[in-house]
Amino acid sequence: MKTVQGKPKNILQSTLDAIKVSWIKHKWLYIMSIPFIAYYVIFHYMPMYGATIAFKDYDVVLGVSGSPWVGFKHFKDFFHDFYFTRVIRNTLLISIYNLLWSFPAPIIFALLMNELRSERFKKTVQTITYLPHFISLIVICGMLTDFLAQDGLISVLLSKFGFEPTYYLSYPQYFRTIYIASGIWQGIGWNSIIYLSALSGIDQQLYEAARIDGASKLRQVWHVTLPGIIPTIMTLLILQMGKVMSVGYEKIILLYNGNTYETADVLSSYIYRLGLSGTSMRYSYTTAIGLFSSLINIILLVTANKISKAVSESSLW
Amino acid sequence: MKRTNGEKIFGVFNGLFMIFMIVITLYPFVHILLASVSESSQLMAHRGVLLKPLGFNLNAYQLVFKNPNIYTGFKTTLIVLVGGTVINIVLTSIGAFLLSRRDWKFSGFLMIMVMITMYISGGMIPRYLLIYETLGMKDSLWALMLPTAVSTWNLIVMRTNFQQIPQGLEEAAKIDGANDLVVLFAVVLPLSKAIIAVMVLFYGVAHWNSWFDAMLFIRDRAKFPVQLIMREILISNSTDSMQSYGDSYNGVAESIKYATIIITTVPILIVYPFIQKYFVKGVMVGAIKG
Repeated sequence: MKTVQGKPKNILQSTLDAIKVSWIKHKWLYIMSIPFIAYYVIFHYMPMYGATIAFKDYDVVLGVSGSPWVGFKHFKDFFHDFYFTRVIRNTLLISIYNLLWSFPAPIIFALLMNELRSERFKKTVQTITYLPHFISLIVICGMLTDFLAQDGLISVLLSKFGFEPTYYLSYPQYFRTIYIASGIWQGIGWNSIIYLSALSGIDQQLYEAARIDGASKLRQVWHVTLPGIIPTIMTLLILQMGKVMSVGYEKIILLYNGNTYETADVLSSYIYRLGLSGTSMRYSYTTAIGLFSSLINIILLVTANKISKAVSESSLW
Repeated sequence: MKRTNGEKIFGVFNGLFMIFMIVITLYPFVHILLASVSESSQLMAHRGVLLKPLGFNLNAYQLVFKNPNIYTGFKTTLIVLVGGTVINIVLTSIGAFLLSRRDWKFSGFLMIMVMITMYISGGMIPRYLLIYETLGMKDSLWALMLPTAVSTWNLIVMRTNFQQIPQGLEEAAKIDGANDLVVLFAVVLPLSKAIIAVMVLFYGVAHWNSWFDAMLFIRDRAKFPVQLIMREILISNSTDSMQSYGDSYNGVAESIKYATIIITTVPILIVYPFIQKYFVKGVMVGAIKG
């Protein structure tokens, strides 16, 4: 102890002492954290700094720090972009359909699986329906392209129900349906895991009590099962709200084409096309679009979290 | 406990619905498999569902394996898969270990540093500029391994698992004079085989299926991973990849597509049953609760 009788140590000295003690005690933890911190700084925090080019006219030669500031020019340009309404509308519509269809599907699926009486059958259904989650997007989109062709499997099956066989991916009016439906096929099994584990955590005595009170199966689902998984549903719903503006680009750019931009082109695919594919390379402009959509995402996330906290008492923080 | 008639009827329909789910999940793959081994002339004339192969012909597979792009593609993919997954596992284990330390204040700071990146990111373009321009990783396979070294989601799952290891075991090792590095490699990791298996699956599958980063950073065709080659064959119908088939290509184009899908999907189908038992046990639960 370095403290001189009675006198309090100065703050700097005590901090240094604390660091010294911590270093001696946890030397290896500090050493191990070097590569870990380096990874996060380089690949996560450097791009955040790089995002400042949204307020600059980025020049490859001058680099991020050397390029001249231009303020909100790129944001203003985006609001006046000819395609502004189109990409915003498409992004919002796909997100809303996702919330309406893709979000509830695994919940319903988990509830139905929960009612299966044979444990083995349930395991089999789970194992098989998880599978599409692990299949490459290239394969899935390749299969879609093939099955939706004029003489493809899905077109032929649909023609049995009176639909004219045609190359469905070249018509803008079908794109969203294809995107959402195939998304449900890919994710329904995998996304139900979290609900199944929430369901298995419900106290069986609650069902016992409900049964003694004479509650029918449907009433048990309504009064016991659903309240049991509401916190999980709310958590995932809040997270989903934080993604409204970022519909993933990978599947979009694999499935869309010039004919379907009208309904298929979303913010992220527009950023990709203008910034990274072809020769336009509008780095600053597309970074501004990206920043704009992240900002809306964060606002939506925080708002959804607040609402959920007030209404259902479940929240992320 | 007696079941009412309504419950019995529901049970039957529920069972049928589950069988329907199994069929629509598996049938597309079965269809592709059957089509890939069919006679291409018969396949061209056929419309709709296949329940058995039309004739039997492995020509398409022979042609796929004659395509030099497929070989270089598999080579790149395997290098990235093995190298990338090793990096993933090492760095994620270290990170999860650091974040699971209760008696180390710095751990809280690291957790904040990690959590921020779950909600805020620089975006697609700054990430591209960093890797391509600043770090100069053009045409380097490091561009496919380093930027994805840690998935924050996987990191949190692993941390939750590490936290569940009884503290006593670590303390006992420390009393015996072990430092933190030894605790990680001699106590924590040997007790975490199940979660490591799951992580190998998650990261490995991600590397196997990844294509977008390669499309951005790899311009040299000889270094394309197999998914990029497949994209050309399946979706872009690019003549580049197809021309290497020469004259024999005409007529078997469809079968080649199907054979390519089967060849690149089979490795996943083989590993899947061995590892799926781990995540069915509920490895994912910790993530949300944590």
